[in-house]
Amino acid sequence: MSKLINWFSEGRSSGKYTLPFVILLLAVTVLASAANLLLPQDSALYVSTYSITLLGKYLCYAMLALAVDIIWGYCGILSLGHGAFFALGGYAMGMYLMRQIGDRGVYGHPILPDFMVFLDWQELPWFWHGMDQFWFAMIMAVLVPGLLAFVFGWLAFRSRVTGVYLSIMTQALTYALLLAFFRNEMGFGGNNGLTDFKEILGFDLQADSTRVSLFIITAVLLAVVLMLSQRILSSRLGKVTLAVRDAEARTRFIGYRTERYKVWLFVYSAVIAGVAGALYVPQVGIINPGEFSPINSIEVVIWVAVGGRGTLIGAIIGALLVNYAKTRFTAIMPDGWLFALGALFVLVTLFLPKGLIGLYGQLKSKRQPASSQEVTS
Amino acid sequence: MKLKTLASAIALSGATLIAFPSMAADDTIKVGVLHSLSGTMAISETTLKDTVLMMVEEQNKKGGLLGKKLEAVVVDPASNWPLFAEKARELITEKDVDVIFGCWTSVSRKSVLPVIEELNGLMFYPVQYEGEESSKNVFYTGAAPNQQAIPAVNYLKDELGVERWVLAGTDYVYPRTTNKILEAYLKDMGVAEEDIMINYTPFGHSDWQSIVADIAKFGSEGKKTAVVSTINGDANVPFYKELGNQGISSEDIPVVAFSVGEEELSGLDTAPLVGHLAAWNYFQSVETEENEEFITQWKAFTKNPDRVTNDPMEATYIGFNMWANAVSEAGTTDVDAVEQAMIGQETPNLTGGVAVMNKNHHLSKPVLIGEIQDDGQFETVWETEGVVPGDAWSDFLPGSKDLIADWTDPVKCGNYNTETKTCSGQNY
Amino acid sequence: MKYFISFCLLMFASWMPVHAATTDVLLEQLTTTKLSKLPDMVEQLEAQGDESLLPVFRAWLAGDLHYVKDSKAIVVETDVQGKEVYVDPFSQEQLSGLSSKDVKKIKVNNKLRGLLRGVIARIQLTSNNADVREGAVRELLSDIDEDTFATLEVLYPKESNNDVKEMMQTALSIYTAMDKSSSQTSRVAAIEFLGGSLENDVRNALLKLSRDKNEVVAAAADKALVDINRQVERYALVDQLFFGLSLGSVLLLASIGLAITFGVMGVINMAHGEMIMLGAYTTYVVQLIMPNYIDYSIWVAIPAAFLVSGLMGVLIERLVICRLHGRPLETLLATFGISLILQQLVRTIFSPLNRQVSTPSWMSGSWEINPVLSLTLNRLYILAFALLVFLALVFILKKSSLGLNVRAVSQNRSMAKAMGVKTEWVDAMTFGLGSGIAGIAGVALSQLTNVGPNLGQAYIIDSFMVVVFGGVGNLLGTLVAAFTLGIANKFLEPTTGAVLAAILVLVFIILFIQKRPKGLFPQKGRAAE
Repeated sequence: MSKLINWFSEGRSSGKYTLPFVILLLAVTVLASAANLLLPQDSALYVSTYSITLLGKYLCYAMLALAVDIIWGYCGILSLGHGAFFALGGYAMGMYLMRQIGDRGVYGHPILPDFMVFLDWQELPWFWHGMDQFWFAMIMAVLVPGLLAFVFGWLAFRSRVTGVYLSIMTQALTYALLLAFFRNEMGFGGNNGLTDFKEILGFDLQADSTRVSLFIITAVLLAVVLMLSQRILSSRLGKVTLAVRDAEARTRFIGYRTERYKVWLFVYSAVIAGVAGALYVPQVGIINPGEFSPINSIEVVIWVAVGGRGTLIGAIIGALLVNYAKTRFTAIMPDGWLFALGALFVLVTLFLPKGLIGLYGQLKSKRQPASSQEVTS
Repeated sequence: MKLKTLASAIALSGATLIAFPSMAADDTIKVGVLHSLSGTMAISETTLKDTVLMMVEEQNKKGGLLGKKLEAVVVDPASNWPLFAEKARELITEKDVDVIFGCWTSVSRKSVLPVIEELNGLMFYPVQYEGEESSKNVFYTGAAPNQQAIPAVNYLKDELGVERWVLAGTDYVYPRTTNKILEAYLKDMGVAEEDIMINYTPFGHSDWQSIVADIAKFGSEGKKTAVVSTINGDANVPFYKELGNQGISSEDIPVVAFSVGEEELSGLDTAPLVGHLAAWNYFQSVETEENEEFITQWKAFTKNPDRVTNDPMEATYIGFNMWANAVSEAGTTDVDAVEQAMIGQETPNLTGGVAVMNKNHHLSKPVLIGEIQDDGQFETVWETEGVVPGDAWSDFLPGSKDLIADWTDPVKCGNYNTETKTCSGQNY
Repeated sequence: MKYFISFCLLMFASWMPVHAATTDVLLEQLTTTKLSKLPDMVEQLEAQGDESLLPVFRAWLAGDLHYVKDSKAIVVETDVQGKEVYVDPFSQEQLSGLSSKDVKKIKVNNKLRGLLRGVIARIQLTSNNADVREGAVRELLSDIDEDTFATLEVLYPKESNNDVKEMMQTALSIYTAMDKSSSQTSRVAAIEFLGGSLENDVRNALLKLSRDKNEVVAAAADKALVDINRQVERYALVDQLFFGLSLGSVLLLASIGLAITFGVMGVINMAHGEMIMLGAYTTYVVQLIMPNYIDYSIWVAIPAAFLVSGLMGVLIERLVICRLHGRPLETLLATFGISLILQQLVRTIFSPLNRQVSTPSWMSGSWEINPVLSLTLNRLYILAFALLVFLALVFILKKSSLGLNVRAVSQNRSMAKAMGVKTEWVDAMTFGLGSGIAGIAGVALSQLTNVGPNLGQAYIIDSFMVVVFGGVGNLLGTLVAAFTLGIANKFLEPTTGAVLAAILVLVFIILFIQKRPKGLFPQKGRAAE
């Protein structure tokens, strides 16, 4: 056990916060879950199911932010289309949940989901087959985003599309998918997407225990992904990606096939985004093409920037904070919350180039000028 | 030391994250408003938010309900569909609202539906929609397809002698369903396949040149042609501008729209559109006392003498009044009691008749056909004799012709199959 | 026969100073007749054969016909400097002391409008203006009955204008060809004449004739149709090309400002769409300020929009972007925040509803080249305008001192600075210029689409695509890319539908960039790396 912990926590200095962070994350998760399930509703410490689903959603977003940070913070690839991988993973899960409805749909059709009955489809399209098996759907949730990332990355990195060009291409990718999924002929439910889910693996999705379990699974997976990524990025491979970020041409001249490193990191990141999407859908109860919207992907990048680019914990904290702020602002000042959000983005980029984590580092180094400076970038 | 600071910082943020403040004021009845105030749908939905606020204010002037004041709780789901579900949950569990007025698009309703049903909330949905739904927890005060589309087609066919049909819509559920129903209906009446042209465009489509040219071509083959438009909100302005510029007048090819109301026209120079049609259950131009009073109230409330009223506002007005009546009748805001009290509830509509809430949670309403005038208003050119009861399940779709909705004993089901005598797809 | 009689009456009775008494009775009946009975009234009024009723019919068609509630007198509403006034339709005298509360509108619907157009056309057959006469005959093409035929036969020999004569002959031929009682040879001759016409009604008539029982007639109609269809198809291709060019010009306008800020300065301005939106709102405000001069408002709106968006651009540059120099990805995030703020700002100031921007009269309608090919004027003007803006911009960049500085800074910033170029000032001006051009694009777009808070969002992605496809830093590339994408889109649309066309174009761009990462026209030289 201690060996395992060592394996996870060794590496670069910024990684030393990972383990405490993970412990904290899991502790909060366990406490919140217990408070929801065990305490009576009128207790002062009771955590409502609403808060649990909200927290679960935030954690999915945090995982997505982590995925973006891995390639942007550590390899300099700014993807403005990561929402696409997230949504694809979500659609895979959504298709599984849709098939689980079975004949309890509105029209009572044993196989076809409601929207297909509605559009007069006679049989299930080929890509819906097998989706009634959980294991198959989960493989798809990982495989489809991974494959798309591989093809896109392989094409783009091999022909050395970089910088803003690459960003705009990723944006085009997610935009094209947005338009495609809007089409009802595609067989993914068009604008309405997939909704009205009943159960997952036989557990009622509306039961508190299912919600709490999903929340715990999300937290655990986030912790695993965080530690795994930390480990990967502090290995030799991680050092090469850092070199690629800082001086790609030089790295190439030294003899590294930089595009290979980039492709694999991109695929890894897309897979994480897909997993996040798959966890997201059962918790919010709907997946629709809106998730492909380029604006969403830009927002993810902003979470990372707010938290601190190039620090995995920063990405998570950024995602949690911005989303929490969004939830609060939309309720407190429904007419003006966009002002606050917009101003936050501008101010963070202007005054906190390293995000909140960077701010913490600055404050600390001011307080302790003697101590050795940390290299975080 | 460092670790401790970090840990406490995170713990603090974690704690604030969890401890959402819950307001505990029991001396008011809370009315939740779930309409987008930002994002793409803000254009249509902010008006309805203001309408609900106005109705709440008016009700409070009359002394509130059950001796309590009403309090509106407004949230912004920001045209983001998952956020609709989250906000609905927040309204019901955190803010303890007794009723929600909200949603506009089908997808937002579908997103909210499981939440409302799970938590046994109560929602009023005020927009014309595709039907094929009846939930115990939702009252549908907008038009079902048989209260808008079918009468409009009848009018075009009988009064204008239309023989060729262009069914143009935005690619989402409402146009898809409406067009399917209309296609089946037209074919029943003996319209040939080649006399029906169906066209779908994406949301916010702005370049209509080719499509309008196609319509013009389709309409130039000798038979009287009309366009039945289920084009959504934003895409209408460029569509009508293109029609006007390509010189397609309402006498050549009339366009009857189901999503274009006074509010949409207020963003548009209507001079080239005079004579095109719309089918609704209400027009601002209808001359009745109730309507005049409502318009005056609205203009005073918004402090804008140029503000217009529209059909979804009337639907909100009817829904709100019915809810208020049902609450006073039931003597409680308890959802189950109010739900049963709602059925059979009658309240004056704004066009001089009486709206009745039917057993299927849909309203009986009159259907009006109006022509666009150059002042941005509609002139009623035709209306149904009496009121038309809203049909939750269309008789023209093969999947739903045997289904009915009836929320009274003994059926008590939103989709009851009259053939197999079974009730399917319920979340209870 | 009644039209013929009325026509004769009309010819000989026009000297009559006062219309007949029955007309007055009929006009008074108008005020009490139900909408469904009004068509009868139109016929009865026409049967009076009174040419002086023309203003009444016209006002009725336009929806301006009213009656005074007390006196039941028929009046016409007109607009004098934004105020409603009422005039007597016969004497054209203004009636003072009437307000909109004293009068009630006489209803009109599509059926009535159709009838009224026919009536007006028949009266106008004897107009002094040849264009009016030609229009009147064309109006009657769709529905030629015995009376109209007889009238036209009388008028045809007297007609002096060739165009009108030809139109009349078309009308006469349609009637002859359709008339089963006339001889086969005259019918075939008529059909052969019709073969040269592109009028829609002619095609419809021929379509009916091709199903005629008389085989010779049907064959002749078929042959004529083939000829016509070939021409129609050719014109349809021209039409499609125009659609493509028009879409291209919109893309060009939307993206050319971005080509400057992104291409020359390397700044990813996510608030570019909002600069377009500001321009569109400026147009709206200008029209609010000068409601009586809508026709000239555009000329005020263009410089105003340039200033508003340009100043906003300079402001953004000085406050935010200059602090993020050399960090293009961070500017992206900051400007995204700015775009949120600007959107919410217009939502707060102008409400989230779309605003109404009127089209000046000289921009509405279309330029009819022939009956099957007509180009819409607003798009034609916008196409010309886009090219003009493009040329002006090229001129500024190539010939002005600002342009020289801009190019110097974009090629080698530190060298330019060393040479004494005030790089900060140049940056601010460049950004202002790019934003100002976006504002001008907003003026053009306000003529085509919604003026609302989401206007900018709709164009931002397309704009980026155009700039990247054309090659960053190359204005000519932007021009070529905009028109290529526009035309490709419009030629794909008929076969694939609008959505799939857009998707295919996007996929094409993605693949193209893999092949040529720097776009169609890559920037050359060391500065490009």
